[in-house]
Amino acid sequence: MTPDRPAGQTALGKHDIAARIARDIPHGAFVNLGIGQPTLVADHLPADAGVVLHTENGMLNMGPAAQGDAIDPDLTNAGKIPVTELPGAAYFHHADSFAMMRGGHLDICVLGAFQVSASGDLANWHTGAPDAIPAVGGAMDLAIGAKKVFVMMTLFTKTGAPKLVSECTYPLTGLACVDRVYTDLAVFDITPRGVVVRETFGPTVDDLAGRLDLPLIPAGD
Amino acid sequence: MAVQLCADADEAVAGVQDGSTVLIGGFGMAGMPVELIDALIRQGATDLTVVSNNAGNGDTGLAALLAKGRVRKVVCSFPRQSDSYVFDELYRAGKIELEVVPQGSLAERMRAAGAGIGAFFCPTGAGTLLAEGKEIRVIDGRTHVLEYPIKGDVALIGAHRADRMGNLVYRKTARNFGPVMATAATTVIAQVREVVDTGALDPESVVTPSIYVDRVVQEASA
Repeated sequence: MTPDRPAGQTALGKHDIAARIARDIPHGAFVNLGIGQPTLVADHLPADAGVVLHTENGMLNMGPAAQGDAIDPDLTNAGKIPVTELPGAAYFHHADSFAMMRGGHLDICVLGAFQVSASGDLANWHTGAPDAIPAVGGAMDLAIGAKKVFVMMTLFTKTGAPKLVSECTYPLTGLACVDRVYTDLAVFDITPRGVVVRETFGPTVDDLAGRLDLPLIPAGD
Repeated sequence: MAVQLCADADEAVAGVQDGSTVLIGGFGMAGMPVELIDALIRQGATDLTVVSNNAGNGDTGLAALLAKGRVRKVVCSFPRQSDSYVFDELYRAGKIELEVVPQGSLAERMRAAGAGIGAFFCPTGAGTLLAEGKEIRVIDGRTHVLEYPIKGDVALIGAHRADRMGNLVYRKTARNFGPVMATAATTVIAQVREVVDTGALDPESVVTPSIYVDRVVQEASA
């Protein structure tokens, strides 16, 4: 996958964010990638990374999306997209699959978000709009289950509203569950002393602090 | 009781009562027992509560059952999908009840029913809308939500193979909810692609032992 733009200079595109996340996934980790943009992270994991992908519908060591003759209706990912299996794959039923999450066996999950709060609350399942049909899937189980929860999102909505906020206004998925937030403009750690800016892609920490309604701690402080 | 090997799907779903709670396997279409659902539509049971991960895709399977107006309430984790238009229309028209349950809690509540567990404390959903009105308890410093079992009157599941005793094996991610639902209903009905002789399944590979299975039918399209 070709990066959208050179990293470290300007705002990242979604493929660059995915590549940035992939760099932080340790060798041999057991990882769940949420549906939507987080699935792009898989494209940036080197074949020798030894990362084992978990899919909530009952599989470990899931392979890439299936093409052509490899499409098998019995083999899909959490987004119901046909996928493949890698050597060493294992299948299990739903109660076991979610026991792996809640039981703290997954090293990392990567989730999309509508909002993340400064204390790590996550909102990603429901806009709360009166006509919206709520649908949670496995989001709440993943949010509270994985050892580390990474969020992948743009830092601002299309209308310019911050998505990293002092308190979420959308219905919550989980409380104090997010560890790190990867965005197009910066990477943030959610820590007990506040939101730490790990790195930025273009703006300065002061620029970001001016646009976000919460205190930011520069990395190294 | 020994498993009943049924001649067709209509025989397999005979006797399902109006007002039943029906557990329906599948994750999207993978593992969905479409022939059993079609037979249930012909059988006519109505006022059903359906427990399934999704609320139907396209026009077949669970979506067809919903479209016939046979379902009073859906208990599921993820009703909203690009092709869930049958459910969406019923829901927006106020013609169907919805209980959204986190996917892992949905599975575990059925596992609890099948394992004789009265209820369990689970951290999923604590502090969210889906825990409203539920008892909570702080255990080891973490907030947990009290979740009760979901027991079915009937489970309709799809499996890959059965032997003539009713032992089941599944295939790939089509396994999903099947093994859990098979433990959690009074009458468990399995649609399989192939029925093999007793002894032809490796006992080490059996996923759902025959004790859980009441009726088996081989797919007509198999």
